[in-house]
Amino acid sequence: MTKSPVEDALTAQAAVPVKKTVQMPVGVPDYTLTSETREVPASEPPVWPINKDLKFVGQSIERYDGVAKASGRARYTSDVQLPGMLYAKFVSATVPHAKVVSIDTSAAEKHPGVRGVHVIQHVLGNAELRNPALDQAKYPVVRYAGQPVAAVAATTPYAAEEAAALVKVQYDTMPFVVDDVKARRPGAPNVFPGAADEEGSAGGGGGPSDVKQTGNIHGPSIHKRGDTDQGFKDADVVVEGRYVTQVQTHSALETHGVVADWKPDLLTVYASTQGTSGVREEMAGFFRIPLTQVRVITEYMGGGFGAKFGAGNHGVVAAALSKKTGAPVRLMLDREEEHLSVGNRPSSDQLLRIGAKKDGTITAIHLVAYGTAGCGTGAGCAGPAQNLYQTASLHTEENDVFINAGPGTAMRAPGHPQGAFALEQTIDDLAAKLSMDPIDLRDKTDSHPVRRVERQIVRESDLWKSRNPVAGADQGAVKRGVGLAQSVWYRFVSMGSSAEVRIHRDGSLEVLSSVQDIGSGVKTVMAQILAEQFGVPPSQIAVKVGDTNYPEGPQSGGSVTTLSLTPAVRDAAWQASQKFLADIAPALGATPRDLVLVDGEVRSRSGKMEPIAFRRAAAKMTSSQIAVQAKRIPDYDPKKYLTYGGVDVAEVEVDTELGRIHVRRVLSVHDCGRPMNPAQTISQINGGVIQGISFTLLENRLLDPVYGLMVNPDLDQYKIAGAREVPDIDVRLVEAYLGQSSTDASGIGEAAGVVSIGAAIGNAVYNATGVRVRRTPMTPAVVLAALRAQAQGKEMA
Amino acid sequence: MSDSRDTTSSAPAESAHSGMTRRGFLKGAGLTAAGTALLDGVQGLTREAAAQTTHGVTELGPGPTSVRLHVNGVEHTIEIEPRATLAEALRIHLGLTGTKVVCDRGVCSGCTVLLDRMPVNSCMTLAIDAIGHQVTTIEGLSSEGRVHPLQAAFVKHDAMQCGFCTPGMVMSCAALLERNPHPTEHEVRHAVSGNLCRCGTYPKIFAATLDAAGATRNA
Repeated sequence: MTKSPVEDALTAQAAVPVKKTVQMPVGVPDYTLTSETREVPASEPPVWPINKDLKFVGQSIERYDGVAKASGRARYTSDVQLPGMLYAKFVSATVPHAKVVSIDTSAAEKHPGVRGVHVIQHVLGNAELRNPALDQAKYPVVRYAGQPVAAVAATTPYAAEEAAALVKVQYDTMPFVVDDVKARRPGAPNVFPGAADEEGSAGGGGGPSDVKQTGNIHGPSIHKRGDTDQGFKDADVVVEGRYVTQVQTHSALETHGVVADWKPDLLTVYASTQGTSGVREEMAGFFRIPLTQVRVITEYMGGGFGAKFGAGNHGVVAAALSKKTGAPVRLMLDREEEHLSVGNRPSSDQLLRIGAKKDGTITAIHLVAYGTAGCGTGAGCAGPAQNLYQTASLHTEENDVFINAGPGTAMRAPGHPQGAFALEQTIDDLAAKLSMDPIDLRDKTDSHPVRRVERQIVRESDLWKSRNPVAGADQGAVKRGVGLAQSVWYRFVSMGSSAEVRIHRDGSLEVLSSVQDIGSGVKTVMAQILAEQFGVPPSQIAVKVGDTNYPEGPQSGGSVTTLSLTPAVRDAAWQASQKFLADIAPALGATPRDLVLVDGEVRSRSGKMEPIAFRRAAAKMTSSQIAVQAKRIPDYDPKKYLTYGGVDVAEVEVDTELGRIHVRRVLSVHDCGRPMNPAQTISQINGGVIQGISFTLLENRLLDPVYGLMVNPDLDQYKIAGAREVPDIDVRLVEAYLGQSSTDASGIGEAAGVVSIGAAIGNAVYNATGVRVRRTPMTPAVVLAALRAQAQGKEMA
Repeated sequence: MSDSRDTTSSAPAESAHSGMTRRGFLKGAGLTAAGTALLDGVQGLTREAAAQTTHGVTELGPGPTSVRLHVNGVEHTIEIEPRATLAEALRIHLGLTGTKVVCDRGVCSGCTVLLDRMPVNSCMTLAIDAIGHQVTTIEGLSSEGRVHPLQAAFVKHDAMQCGFCTPGMVMSCAALLERNPHPTEHEVRHAVSGNLCRCGTYPKIFAATLDAAGATRNA
């Protein structure tokens, strides 16, 4: 039998890598579209044209699981019920800082519903002491109120709750600090007795481990380019400001949790996670069992936003209780535990100074940032200052400040909403000081080719044209303003990402990967790719994800999912189609090289054969299925297009008497490589904008300084944006072809709105009032204080 | 939804159309927050439960008791503790997990179901207070495998991301369209102002609901 070109290529590649040269579309249609040459492995599929010339990819195909979600059929981790399943409940620390003297579980064990009790020996999530011996304690030291101490498993949720309350924990309390400014002062109670570090997760976050620690200050982590002293000497103007942002919790609607089912040969974990493979790895490591004995399943996931990676305390405890009791154990956190113990976006307190020439050329950027990730690290927020603008010199210092609060973790674009809040308002100040248009200034200092196009779109928009360049010009108490800000994120590729495509003899098609669909719609996109390859409707493709029994897909953090996985899916689909043609060619009396698969038909290039429908052709397969697994290959030109982003414009009304900010309209212009499914991408951008508004105006984790407890660990006092806070959002999706992979997709989750909208609102408030609000959340009290300070001729502290 | 209802129900089914306040409805329906409930002559209790009668009233709890619930047009008899919420009864005892529990204190509306035609937070409603009422959950909105036009509109407009708020959103919007078939966007926002969505899908929820209303109007 003759080999297909793909098999030829694969065989050859095993010995000597065989490359081919292709022309790929690069740039933004209608603006900068051109074509570039790439050298790619010969096994790569043909280059796709831009979206308008594709049938399924790039189209707003209905969400693969839309009906399941809208009809309540979608089964999330919290919906899993197994026969004999027990309900577990944490016993959590009631004090913010203490050594645990004793844990008496006898009364809990006597509760008639209780089947198992577990005392935690190692707490996950907190920063770990470089020298663990410093703690000198029998049980893990409590570093925040809400830290899990023990857990019970019982036959009903009520019994679990009652029994948890019967566990007696005796504490030897220690002095504590929950205010990050106080925690920085000499003599403040130390959260850790020595240096401690928290690693990041697959979603990012975490802090550096090679920095010094003084008291509660973990840092600085210094990043330098050029000489900032000289840069400021060279500057014609200098602008500076102190910016403060609060701690935000992820507040996903589905809390963290698992159902763990320990059997002698297999631990099955139903997990609400952003990374099935990461949960599997950590479970196997923790219990010292092979990866083959752990299976993690995430059919549907009710939101993560960066907080749901790894096994977690809940996962390990549920598995331990399942092992102990011989029954499946469900441990879903309640809303209070969710706020306290499984992550948050760290705060920031930034002093930012920028020097520039009269023409807008930036000569120096200097940032000193402190922030708290509670008893974790990861408050660094210098990303935007380091990566958004060209500068002759740069100096950034990032410091984590430990306080007795739950550890921070990655949250949607870690560090970037905080960093952009300061940077983009300071750039706006610079524009005002130079009497330059904010877009002209950015055109001068930001060389990113796609953001240049995005600014052009903004410049031509009615919303931007309606902006009065004179700040605070409106008469009356309610003043209108318009402001813009830019976002930046990075092209991270998860190289292990794999998928398998199967063609069955009945003509049905499936694609499998352990990747989890966290709401971004990767299932839909996978179906679209197969539809494009085989010419059948996406609704006829079976997509199987969220199960570590399938080939390992990416963990969904840092906007990696679509850009990492889709090329593997397309490569597998393409290679499967080539194998398929080779397999059926003899039965059709044709040569494989003469056959093509187009629009759901097998056709002869030479016209020797009548077209035959794909389904009928599949019946001629020599085996019951053809399966091909493919893995993500490196970007075609890995040195190019390392960042992407967008520009957001906000229109606000500021009530200067009540201090209320109303965001009326948002224009959100964003790029994500080739948009695979515009409707789903726009959904994510809407979400980024709304989460960003929520962060900027509403959310605040409040800690009581006297008792060290969170006073609003719920969803009524911890306020997130609802329907009435949502402005009219106009999303302009920019197709930005990069020529980087067989799908040329990028990510959108991080860059979407959430990075830039805070500063856009800040700039709009300044435009409305002539007053800069440098603190979030911009509550009425904060706004009024800023207005008052301005009226009294001084800056708000 | 069926019009037949238990005659012992003190909540008029028409209440959803009469502009009745939420407070008034709760009072009228006899919804109670007591752990142990006293119910007089409620037919929804089964024979076994009714046998506990002392002093002429039916005393329930704290142990499990047998109650009848009408859910999605089907009568179910389940054993629940009187303190069980309607959400727990639906999710744990009837396996109707489309109803989500998010905040567990009545502020996010993820657990919205219809009690007769009124949307209620099932995490704040005792299951025994649903006795004698027709309960409609997200699973009951579609019938015979056909999705409700509102659900179809949610899919068409991509009015969901992670999907966890979606059942509650659909139920709130379905209740709105029942009492107001031609809402404005302002009225849709008002109807879902108690429904939280963390993915930030609100704009498409407004669009889907307005579209579904238009479809109804043209039908």
